Amino acid sequence: MNKVLMQGNNVIAEAAIRAGCRFYAGYPITPQNELCEYMAEHIRKVEGGVFIQSESEIAAINMVAGASAAGVRAMTSSSSPGISLKQEGISSMAACELPGVIVNIMRGGPGLGNIRPSQGDYFQATRGGGHGDYRVIVLAPATCQELADLTMDAFDLADNYRTPAMILADGMMGQMMEPVVFKEPKRRQYPERYMLKGAGEGKSRFIKGLILDQSDMEEHNWKLDRKYQVIMKNETRFEVYRAEDAELMIVAYGTAARIAKGAVKRLGDSNLKVGLFRPITLWPYPSSELREFSRKIKNFIVFEMSTGQMLEDVRLALQGFADIDFYGRPGGVVPTPAELANVIIHRYKKSSKKKELC
Amino acid sequence: MLVKTIFAGFGGQGVLMMGFSLSHCAMSEGYEVTFLPAYGAEMRGGTANCTVAIGDEEIASPISSEPNYIVVMNTPSLYSFQNKVVSGGVLFINSSIIKSEPRRKDISFYKIPSSEIAEQIGNSRASNTVMMGAFIQKTGIVSPEAYLKSLESVMGSKKKNVMDINRKAFASGYEYMSRLL
Repeated sequence: MNKVLMQGNNVIAEAAIRAGCRFYAGYPITPQNELCEYMAEHIRKVEGGVFIQSESEIAAINMVAGASAAGVRAMTSSSSPGISLKQEGISSMAACELPGVIVNIMRGGPGLGNIRPSQGDYFQATRGGGHGDYRVIVLAPATCQELADLTMDAFDLADNYRTPAMILADGMMGQMMEPVVFKEPKRRQYPERYMLKGAGEGKSRFIKGLILDQSDMEEHNWKLDRKYQVIMKNETRFEVYRAEDAELMIVAYGTAARIAKGAVKRLGDSNLKVGLFRPITLWPYPSSELREFSRKIKNFIVFEMSTGQMLEDVRLALQGFADIDFYGRPGGVVPTPAELANVIIHRYKKSSKKKELC
Repeated sequence: MLVKTIFAGFGGQGVLMMGFSLSHCAMSEGYEVTFLPAYGAEMRGGTANCTVAIGDEEIASPISSEPNYIVVMNTPSLYSFQNKVVSGGVLFINSSIIKSEPRRKDISFYKIPSSEIAEQIGNSRASNTVMMGAFIQKTGIVSPEAYLKSLESVMGSKKKNVMDINRKAFASGYEYMSRLL
């Protein structure tokens, strides 16, 4: 087994190259700089590999769109403020049905915010982000191993559905090192007919996002929506931990889920029965899978490093079948498992008191 | 088993290298491991620290609420981290630089003049490896042989004499700790 100790940012870059990414454009921003750096050094070592430090984030995403239209696996990465700049291009890629991978190593916001880990971009990522009626597949890794696996999967998903896919991690995931084993990537299956390579003798083809006729545009919107319905049906992923006899369930993703797992482990010896539900795909959200747990579990705590964004998806998923509490630490604060464990104990007692009163 | 350690000091002391080499060694020995550096607008002379978690099953949180061990290389680090260590935990103090002692009575601490020892063997910059010698002697998380092997592989292309000095530094720290105990 070829285990290596690698930093999260480098893991994403290496996994992308192994998955066949041959075009990378990006503009530096902390805390994802090491990804750019690694790409600059390594992508040119593989045949056909191109690295461009673009003049801006907007240029980078549009270069990715161009490379993708030409049939190349392409990627860009940035952190929160830079991802905001890329939205115009992401919307355009969704409209043109161009595959591509966008990496967001989130930091504190809004505005320039700070460079500490945060989860404040959940809404932006899962609601499309740019203008128009579209969605982006969003994967939220929680370990360096998942950074590697999900980056490879993101390319496959983007190709399969011809739509942009996003890796949503944060500064801590980007900076942390863990042992990683790179899996063998799948062979790329992307039909030639979607690539623009010059018409030659044949009929001319084009890719466009400007559809002036409203009924054509409506049909295009429904076409995209049908695709999104298939993604929602087939691609949800999640992990559950100690859910068997849980009476209270924490819902958290990414770094927050790591902290939550630590807290749940700490409570393992106590008589509190606490489980963890971790969505791995944030869009599509594993709603029905989460709702299934509300048959047995009536108390949920959503824990995020934000003021409460995924909270809305949990509410939508549970449809009022259970009580939902929220605990958040926005702005770049990373709480310890002990802190979260105290919150859980407090709320657990409150909910069991309520039960007694009933 | 789950052991968490924080290494702290100022930028340039090789604090991240201590954590990285230990993590690399733990991985080579088959443990699960996470290495979490504190990052920010850091610079030489600024503060630096990292958290290393080593366990024999999957590590839930790379962040430590109450680390078992803390290695402090300068005075501000002692003040920032002495209250974090778990009751009954151990502090390793670079006594060449840190003149004060922790106020807590529920932890043990060892004073290792790592900067002076490193100077004596010919390179003050090996102070971090001296400390690692003492740390591994006391904690026994990994074997000294395994650690030196990992240190050599993480230093990689650097010149052979750098590794020689580090070997010497490691041995001196190890020996100093054996005499302390």
